[in-house]
Amino acid sequence: MTEKNRFKTFSITLISVWLILLVLVPTLMVLAVSLMTSNTPGEISPVFTLNNYKAIRDPLFLQVLADSFEMAFVTTALCLLIGYPFAYNLSKYRGKFKSLLLVLIIIPFWTSSLIRTYAIIIIIKTNGVLNGALMALGIIDEPLRLMYTETAVLVGMVYSLLPFMILPLYAVLEKLDGKLIEAAKDLGAGRMRTFWHVVLPLSMPGVIAGSMLVFLPTLCLFYISDVLGGAKSLLIGNFIRNQFLLTRNWPMGAAASMILTVIMFVIIYIYYRSTKKTGGEAI
Amino acid sequence: MMRTLKIGYSSLVYAFLYVPIFVLIVYSFNASKFGTTWQGFTLKWYQNLLENTSLMTAAGNSVLVATLSATCATIIGSLAAVAFYRYTFKGKKVIMSLVYILMMAPDIVMGISLLILFVTIHMEPGFITLLLSHITFNIPFVAVTVMSRMKGFDKNLFDAAGDLGATEFQTVRHVLFPMMLPAVVAGWLLAFTLSMDDVIISFFVTGPDFEILPLRIYSMVRLGVKPEVNALCTIMFTLSLVIVMISQILNREKK
Repeated sequence: MTEKNRFKTFSITLISVWLILLVLVPTLMVLAVSLMTSNTPGEISPVFTLNNYKAIRDPLFLQVLADSFEMAFVTTALCLLIGYPFAYNLSKYRGKFKSLLLVLIIIPFWTSSLIRTYAIIIIIKTNGVLNGALMALGIIDEPLRLMYTETAVLVGMVYSLLPFMILPLYAVLEKLDGKLIEAAKDLGAGRMRTFWHVVLPLSMPGVIAGSMLVFLPTLCLFYISDVLGGAKSLLIGNFIRNQFLLTRNWPMGAAASMILTVIMFVIIYIYYRSTKKTGGEAI
Repeated sequence: MMRTLKIGYSSLVYAFLYVPIFVLIVYSFNASKFGTTWQGFTLKWYQNLLENTSLMTAAGNSVLVATLSATCATIIGSLAAVAFYRYTFKGKKVIMSLVYILMMAPDIVMGISLLILFVTIHMEPGFITLLLSHITFNIPFVAVTVMSRMKGFDKNLFDAAGDLGATEFQTVRHVLFPMMLPAVVAGWLLAFTLSMDDVIISFFVTGPDFEILPLRIYSMVRLGVKPEVNALCTIMFTLSLVIVMISQILNREKK
């Protein structure tokens, strides 16, 4: 009995202590720093203030926030629009290439998104492959300036995050009971009605899980907007990084990070609610 | 008609995902330094990489951190999965939720929280801080990978081992562990990959004396397209490809 307790205590203590020391404590420290004063760059004085959160109403920061949310919404919507029909087709496919087709979606999931972002540059830069192809085909006379635009950042985000939308959607659609679709058809529902009233509601946990996996990273992947958008593009991730490394106003950066944490909890809560309602299991 | 449309659409998505990578790989063997035209096959860019000692040091550092952090995270994460599976204890729900939240947490939030921690306790940014951070972000991925495989286990087996006189540790070591081994290896591979690829968290917690590959690639990529970077990215992509294949094979044995 004591032997069982020893092993049990050891494994529980290990994970608990690790999470407390390297996750919980640092998070509380971020909260603490976000409530402190920064008089000069690089200096933090332990004087309580709410100014860092108030400063977030600054039009400049609001612009960053609005831009980030717009980018995250558009990226999520595009990934959903592109990914849903694709995941649906893949889940219905029963041929011999099934596992290969699935692995082809898993590979990008495991590949560094920095490397994949770099691959996008090769395609869209002014003397890149896309412009070369379009000019060779006579569609355009002058190369398109795609690099360092919002479009470039959007393409990079969708490219990096699309597999993160497809996989949870596929996981849910694959498990979808085909009999329910047949039942709907037998009861006289057309293709569209079956989709809107049966398939889509049942796949909602996948839609929300996928959206969550796309939306949050879009706000944070500062290197994508850095590399493809240049100095013009400032998302909340870039803002936080700059507060820490350029402006050296840590309290302000910590406050922005706390806002990001709150956004994360809201999204997790929405996901939790949705899986509870439909009885689906967490992915 | 519908079928052609479906195949056409899916092919387009695959093309979107793979054409850029394919072009990158082809260019890494292109003799032309600037233009987009093909000027013959070369391995020159790969040779340049090998001769770049500081780059090789960074690559060595990355492999070291990835191996160590994946191993530690696999031990801690697997033990956590065993604890969540076998035992009920006070605060279990909180710890489990923390594991899931940690997996979702934005990298940048984790990066700055660890930065603040290390600065507060006066730890010099470098190898140790990087290792601790990588173990931390890898733990939930290992734990969740292992836990998802445990769902299908027959709990009677563990009772039987106990009835036959096995101690708790023996039951875990000789009955549960062999069953979860494929998931443990898959978890290690995932952790290794995540560690090799991480940019954002490492960006905040490493120091100038300890360079790692993803941050080197980041600073190179910011300067634009270069054939050496093509070659480096091709190698990294190939590495990911090999790891995915191994983990797929491990996954298949389950069925």
